Amino acid sequence: MAAQPARARHPTEDPAWVKVLVIGLVALFLGLVLILPLAAVFAEALRKGVDVALAAITTSDALAAIKLTLITAAIAVPFNAAFGLCAAWAIAKHDFPGKALLITLIDLPFSVSPVVAGLIYVLVFGLQGWFGESLIDHDIKIIFAVPGIVLATIFVTFPFIARELIPLMQEQGVSEEEAAVSMGASGLYTFWRVTAPNVRWGLLYGVLLCNARAMGEFGAVSVVSGHIRGLTNTMPLHVEILYNEYDFVAAFSVAALLCLLAVVTLVLKSVLEIVQPDVKRGGGH
Amino acid sequence: MTISIRSVEKKFGRYPALNHVDLEIADGELVALLGPSGSGKTTLLRTIAGLEFPDAGQVLFGAEDVTFASAAARRVGFVFQQYALFKHMTVAKNIAFGLDVRKGAEKPSKAEIAKRVDDLLKLVELDGLGSRYPSQLSGGQRQRVALSRALAVQPSVLLLDEPFGALDATVRRSLRKELRRVHDATGVTTIFVTHDQEEALELADRVAILNAGRIEQIGTPHEVHDNPVSPFVCGFVGEANRFEGTVSGGRFTSGAVSFGANGVRDGAAVGFVRPHDLVLDDGGLEVRVDRVHVQGALASVSARAADGHHIEITTSRADAPRFSGAIKVAPRMSHVYPA
Repeated sequence: MAAQPARARHPTEDPAWVKVLVIGLVALFLGLVLILPLAAVFAEALRKGVDVALAAITTSDALAAIKLTLITAAIAVPFNAAFGLCAAWAIAKHDFPGKALLITLIDLPFSVSPVVAGLIYVLVFGLQGWFGESLIDHDIKIIFAVPGIVLATIFVTFPFIARELIPLMQEQGVSEEEAAVSMGASGLYTFWRVTAPNVRWGLLYGVLLCNARAMGEFGAVSVVSGHIRGLTNTMPLHVEILYNEYDFVAAFSVAALLCLLAVVTLVLKSVLEIVQPDVKRGGGH
Repeated sequence: MTISIRSVEKKFGRYPALNHVDLEIADGELVALLGPSGSGKTTLLRTIAGLEFPDAGQVLFGAEDVTFASAAARRVGFVFQQYALFKHMTVAKNIAFGLDVRKGAEKPSKAEIAKRVDDLLKLVELDGLGSRYPSQLSGGQRQRVALSRALAVQPSVLLLDEPFGALDATVRRSLRKELRRVHDATGVTTIFVTHDQEEALELADRVAILNAGRIEQIGTPHEVHDNPVSPFVCGFVGEANRFEGTVSGGRFTSGAVSFGANGVRDGAAVGFVRPHDLVLDDGGLEVRVDRVHVQGALASVSARAADGHHIEITTSRADAPRFSGAIKVAPRMSHVYPA
């Protein structure tokens, strides 16, 4: 057997110093921009001890903000899941006039500043808005109330699930559906038994991303919320208020909780990628 | 089930995919739709299946006009190019799908469905693989599953879109025999699309050759091979040496090449000679042999005429040694068409 050179490297591999340099740069960048601030959040939150931090996130205002955030996500995410599935199905599996326009519209929330998204709702449903007077007449409150917050959140998180599903469904094509229909399956049966199972992992992935954003949305929600403590403050808004009042420990405690929710989401996402390696490629087994 | 296609036309945007197509298929026949890509063969198959509706013309199953009937109402069994197996269902569930979707009195009992699935798995020699998932099967096995899924609904006609396209050569050859066997066992009228002339000639009772949305010729493999009606068919079905030249007084001439062309009008023409129709002949055309390539019982000879025209000759392996250096060959048979 021929002796192996001491430091054999794969023929297509870069020299070691290149790898060290590139990986080092990435690590440095991530550390400075991502990990350091994240660590700072937790450090600040726990500066005066765990008890103080816990107390800060269990005040009635904080609990109300947590509750509102969860309610908002609980409404916005299923809504966008249903819409995303419908839109992706229509776009990927069918041809119809205005398809290109629909695809562009789905991307609109990504390209519009969240503040503008919030203002749109104020303009439409606000006191001086188009429907403002008739809403007051019927005693319906949308702006500076929970419905407005939910609407704004839905708007901002609109594209996440649809964007995840459209390329997946397009790649899968329509031949499985054609096969099902040619064997006598109805459209609905085909959707539940053939289309939906093929995109379930992609859907779950989209739901996680959508959920993370729904809980964290600040700009659009800030415009429509009115910042009424204990009533229309979501967690991100609550953090801002506490911070502006120089209550840093409380602000960072709530922020840390928000980060934890995000971290849980990301962990779930990674677990999903490990148990289901073809999530990004799509498909079932 | 006899199938009649009458004056069917289909356009995609402004591109005509089918141009006035007529085709009659007898009950129990195995027919190949053969043509290059873009010739309209898959569109024709999908029109027969009810996956496309024609812009004009009629599709008849027996005496019944099914032009605008759904695929399910026609009871066709369709095998898709990439099989389109349901990834998240087992092989058995895939095969049972067409029976599972039935409702009420039409739906067979669980036991009947299980029995049918078992029978079909045996028919395609996949017994015992019912609980596997498609991703756990080889390409050839997936193809067999797709075939039995299409047969499960006891279709009036079995339609296959490039059934062997995604398989390697060995598997392809064995599955060809398999399809022929299954067809003979079930007797179901079968139409398959292919761009592989060898496959069409070997497998089909009759071959329809499509070009640019038209059927150029339909006939038995023998007929289309030996009596091609157009230069396109001649060039597409089987190998052929192609010459461009002129006809004058019943004789075709192209440079140094010359052979009889009875009944073809004078003027510009194209002539075809199949490689196996070129034989050694002292009065023939002189060519120089470049290369001899032996393959099984046959030998292909690459040669060049004095004017540089490349000529392919096929001969038996035993005769191969006689094909070297300068030889003289003449066609036993040729086809000449006015250009």
